[in-house]
Amino acid sequence: MTRLVGRRLLIGLVTIWGVVSAVFVVIRLAPGDQATVALGPDATQEQLTALRHALGLDQPVLVQYLDYLGDVLTLDFGESYRYGRPAMDVVFGRFPATVTLTVTAALIAICCGLVLGVLAGRRPGSLVDRAVSTVALGLQAIPPFWVGIMFILVFALQLRLFPSAGGGTLGHLVLPAVTLAIPFTALVARITRGAVAETMTESFVRTARSKGLTETQVLGGHVLKNSLIPVVTVVGLQLGTLVGGAVVIETVFAWPGLGSMLVNAVENRDFALVQAATVLIAVCVIVLNLAADVVNARLDPRIRLEARR
Amino acid sequence: MTDRPPTALLDVEDLEVVLAAGATTGTVLDRISFSVDAGRTTGLIGESGSGKTMTAMALVQLLPAGARTAGHVWWREEDLLGARARRVRQVRGREIAVIFQDPLQALNPTQTVGRQIGEIPRRDGLSRDAVRAKVLELLDRVGIPDPEQRIDAYPHELSGGQRQRVMIAMALAGEPRLIIADEPTTALDVTTQARVLALIAGLREREGTALLLVSHDLRVMANVADDLVVMYAGRVAERGPARAVLDSPRHPYTRALANNVPSVRTRSAIARPLPGAPANPFDRPAGCAFHPRCPLVTDRCRTETPRLRELEPGRFSACHLAEEVTP
Repeated sequence: MTRLVGRRLLIGLVTIWGVVSAVFVVIRLAPGDQATVALGPDATQEQLTALRHALGLDQPVLVQYLDYLGDVLTLDFGESYRYGRPAMDVVFGRFPATVTLTVTAALIAICCGLVLGVLAGRRPGSLVDRAVSTVALGLQAIPPFWVGIMFILVFALQLRLFPSAGGGTLGHLVLPAVTLAIPFTALVARITRGAVAETMTESFVRTARSKGLTETQVLGGHVLKNSLIPVVTVVGLQLGTLVGGAVVIETVFAWPGLGSMLVNAVENRDFALVQAATVLIAVCVIVLNLAADVVNARLDPRIRLEARR
Repeated sequence: MTDRPPTALLDVEDLEVVLAAGATTGTVLDRISFSVDAGRTTGLIGESGSGKTMTAMALVQLLPAGARTAGHVWWREEDLLGARARRVRQVRGREIAVIFQDPLQALNPTQTVGRQIGEIPRRDGLSRDAVRAKVLELLDRVGIPDPEQRIDAYPHELSGGQRQRVMIAMALAGEPRLIIADEPTTALDVTTQARVLALIAGLREREGTALLLVSHDLRVMANVADDLVVMYAGRVAERGPARAVLDSPRHPYTRALANNVPSVRTRSAIARPLPGAPANPFDRPAGCAFHPRCPLVTDRCRTETPRLRELEPGRFSACHLAEEVTP
């Protein structure tokens, strides 16, 4: 187990380095640098040169890259020139709101998705199965921003049940969390359905029945745990895209999180902020994947055996 | 029903199983009748596809989804085929237990063997310590060395022979009156086969449990079975006391089987395959299903399906020419 975690951590560090470097490259490939955006179209050449010098943008790219790597290692992403505060502070200030939103959405999606998936997968081809599979496919195909806008129209503007924008109260959380949860629920339901349906055909399920267990006991005692392995893997991987989805949803609902801030930071070429936020998100995704691996190793003794080799 | 022998523990009467494969349906089991007496070993033998496993699974209603059954499975004066699902579940494991073919597939990979063996006692409400003590005792009884260590092992951590012993311990856990063993030694290597077989035979003697042994291996049967039911293409070809059936077959199919197994009848070391292909229960030849491969075939065999008839007390054959079959 320790070796498994150690190896995955090492891979995680390499991945973070990759993300950090990719952010560095992409941000410099984008047209217009920080100085042009900050000073506006009326800036003189002297002003631009002075600001570029102050920001270190006149240095050779390799020097900039190494400086940047050093800063990342010490978690110093520099100052956000828009906020005038250290980028890490700004990012961490926004982080809890995003965590609240994604965790709520993930919990809704996992609970609903598991229940629907098990109900569908226990009897493949049944009416319940066909209903769940069709609805899940449909929900996965609808763009979340459209769902968000429809929710605002119906539940916020027409029915006035929930506030349409902003954050702070539980009421503010409902619409964005549900919007974000919908495609993820559909995904979890589909994966669970497939896994349960496949496990039901396994020989050991017949063995369980031969012991006189009821269908519920068979499902709870033998099918569920074995079906969870692919579900946990996919959920672990897809939680990352949930954060990506949060960027859009936060913008739709003006949710004061990392996502809406990141969109603004990219528009403003606020390098420090973009880098800090991206690295933080990358770290989260890697930690979540690691957690999924650990959970799976707990679920399946054969994975533990593999890790020992 | 009136001619049911009073000692029979299990009496299968005209069992039929119909399976659907796409648009076509097939009567994979056609009027199977045989009985298992208390404390005896009954062997169910036939080539693959003859329906022996299907028969075994039909007894405890563990058939694939969509299978339809007809006939009677009399279990101690009670028809299991007509029983409620709840009653069938009570019978499973606690009255009729099953030992499955491939223990690696048939055991849950994510549970320790101790948990799987102890499942019935645990669900019966025994305390943790009592369940553990019972499982340890069972592991010891089936000859697993070092039960204290093995009880917490997962199936993949055991050898093939030990896994099959675990399956046997699991079957014993519900203290059944009948154990169905479906090809219990097929997945094992030859030396392990002999040991597991000796264990099964020994258990039957010590516990007085009846055994229904499903196998394609005539040598296994010759060693263990008291009675034999020979199946061909989803029908019973012949049945009777094992020694008598093997020594003087009353069906050309049984004779062909016996003559083709080295250690039973001939001096050759290698089993000769039976000429021709086994009949497919979905597309059974008219008349006697064995007629395309039969050396004694007559015109009657091609048109008229022979019924299983009693030649002498305890000896049944489904061959028009049963009296003319010579060893």
